[in-house]
Amino acid sequence: MTNQLLGAVELGLVYGLMVLGVFITFRILKIPDLTVDGSITLGMAVSAMLTNAGHPIFAIFVALAAGALAGSCTAFFQTKVKIPSILAGIMTMSALYSINLLIMNNGVPNISILGSDTVFSMFQNLTGLSKHASLIIVGLLICGIVVALVEFFFTTHTGLCICATGDNEEMVRATSVSTTKMKWLALALANGCVAISGAVYTQYMGYADVTAGSGTIVIGFASVIIGETLCVKKSLPVGFVSAIVGSVAYRLIIAIAIRTNLFPTYFLKLVSVVIIAVALAVSPLKAALTERRNKTRRERENAANS
Amino acid sequence: MLQIRNIHKTFAPGTANEKHVLKGLSLHLAPGDFATIIGSNGAGKSTLFNAIAGTFLTDEGQILIDSEDVTFRPETYRAKVIGRIFQDPMKGTAPDLTIEQNLAIPYATLKKGWQPAITRRDREIFREALANLGMGLEDRMKTKMGLLSGGQRQAVTLLMAVIVTPKILLLDEHTAALDPLTAEKVFNITREVVAAKGITTLMITHNIASALELGNRTLMMDDGDIVLDIQGEERSSLTVAGLLQKYREVKGEMLDNDRILLS
Ligand SMILES: Nc1ncnc2c1ncn2[C@@H]1O[C@H](COP(=O)(O)OP(=O)(O)OP(=O)(O)O)[C@@H](O)[C@H]1O
Ligand SMILES: [Mg+2]
Repeated sequence: MTNQLLGAVELGLVYGLMVLGVFITFRILKIPDLTVDGSITLGMAVSAMLTNAGHPIFAIFVALAAGALAGSCTAFFQTKVKIPSILAGIMTMSALYSINLLIMNNGVPNISILGSDTVFSMFQNLTGLSKHASLIIVGLLICGIVVALVEFFFTTHTGLCICATGDNEEMVRATSVSTTKMKWLALALANGCVAISGAVYTQYMGYADVTAGSGTIVIGFASVIIGETLCVKKSLPVGFVSAIVGSVAYRLIIAIAIRTNLFPTYFLKLVSVVIIAVALAVSPLKAALTERRNKTRRERENAANS
Repeated sequence: MLQIRNIHKTFAPGTANEKHVLKGLSLHLAPGDFATIIGSNGAGKSTLFNAIAGTFLTDEGQILIDSEDVTFRPETYRAKVIGRIFQDPMKGTAPDLTIEQNLAIPYATLKKGWQPAITRRDREIFREALANLGMGLEDRMKTKMGLLSGGQRQAVTLLMAVIVTPKILLLDEHTAALDPLTAEKVFNITREVVAAKGITTLMITHNIASALELGNRTLMMDDGDIVLDIQGEERSSLTVAGLLQKYREVKGEMLDNDRILLS
């Protein structure tokens, strides 16, 4: 059981930056960005090739750049070609399927990196720590560095303009800031984070699979929502951390549920969707209940008065 | 400061919904002019503002701001010198951001993108500007914009529009959603802010009294053109009733024309 929980924490950290990326588009830009499924696999593909070539650290930076490029594509579709945001994301995601296969040795759907050095094995050799400890420390380090950089970015003027673009686009344009540029920056940053997550995933699991990214966006949404529920204070700096917390919590919940035979592993995506639906249903449900209660109370009062 | 020469705008040209909204409109505003605009619904007042701000490009004619030809410049370029407020208090501010963050967005257009959004010095400037509104907002700078009332929001929007002094200020019925007392207050703030910085201003209003009271010129728009331009002696002696009479005369003429066309 301990091993399974440790594994869940590790996986949560590996996926943490993906959730951070989803948080940036979904909560700050307020656009559901479906590029994620493709850009995480892009990170995996890039990482597998470069890790096998002996550059596991460089792989993470290239993944970042590749992810940012994928995000830029979606931004281009949205802002210049004027394609609705969801379709724009789906288009990039589909195109990436081909691109990812191209990167993966010209069409090999599954590439193993077993035997190659990874950031995790390098850290373990360097420090002599146990396997789980190295995995968690490296995961924390990568998440920590990226979250700190993102936190800083969002204290700058550009960061503030991105927040405002998500909140009231028209107003931002009226102050001579280009919302096209802001959306482009946010989508590039978000998908860069997602691709880093994919790159780390490959080095963690020891393989890249061209189908491994499907349904990621749903896991991302669910994790964002869980993170927000856990972190009560709703400020932006807390929000970025809550994305990582949500990712870990999501994996723990799933691990416990599977462990206690609540559902089989292949139920993962169904459960994610249920989590999102339930979380989003809370506020309309509350409103409906209050209204109902009000109605019965007033009907009783009216009956008593007449 | 603002020169508009014979601009035309037709929406959806060549379709069944074709609508010729601006019809050869010309206007010249001297630096520091504060002109109020009245006119019936659909006269093209908001469309004129959109044309000035560059929301769309005009079909014909020329627009100059401070002697610079901006006819083909995009909205974001013109926004550097134009401050703009809309009728809807929701439109001018970002509800999820705080008051100081909202103010920081137009204020920091002078900054580089990577510089901190709000410094301590910026905060001092915002505090002072907010204090001048007399609404007690200087003590609530970390409050989310969405929690303010419509009047407070319009006042802050006004500050945002002038915090970097614009060359032209466009106010589109910015008090229409406010109760009479708050509207009065926002009108007063408008008067003070515009006077203090001597900003060239255009203000659309359906409040005839304010149209005469504020500024130094009153324009009347009808059917896509400016049909009356009242200023100086004539304006100072004009009463609300007098202006209403002129308004009716213009509309009456139009009706007569229609009748001639129909018969
Ligand atoms: N983007 C657009 N596409 C098509 N028609 C438009 C567009 N914008 C404005 N119009 C039309 O132009 C005409 C003038 O509209 P405008 O909003 O300028 O009127 P207004 O003088 O501001 O009226 P109000 O006092 O009601 O605000 C209207 O008939 C409107 O339907
Ligand atoms: Mg209007």
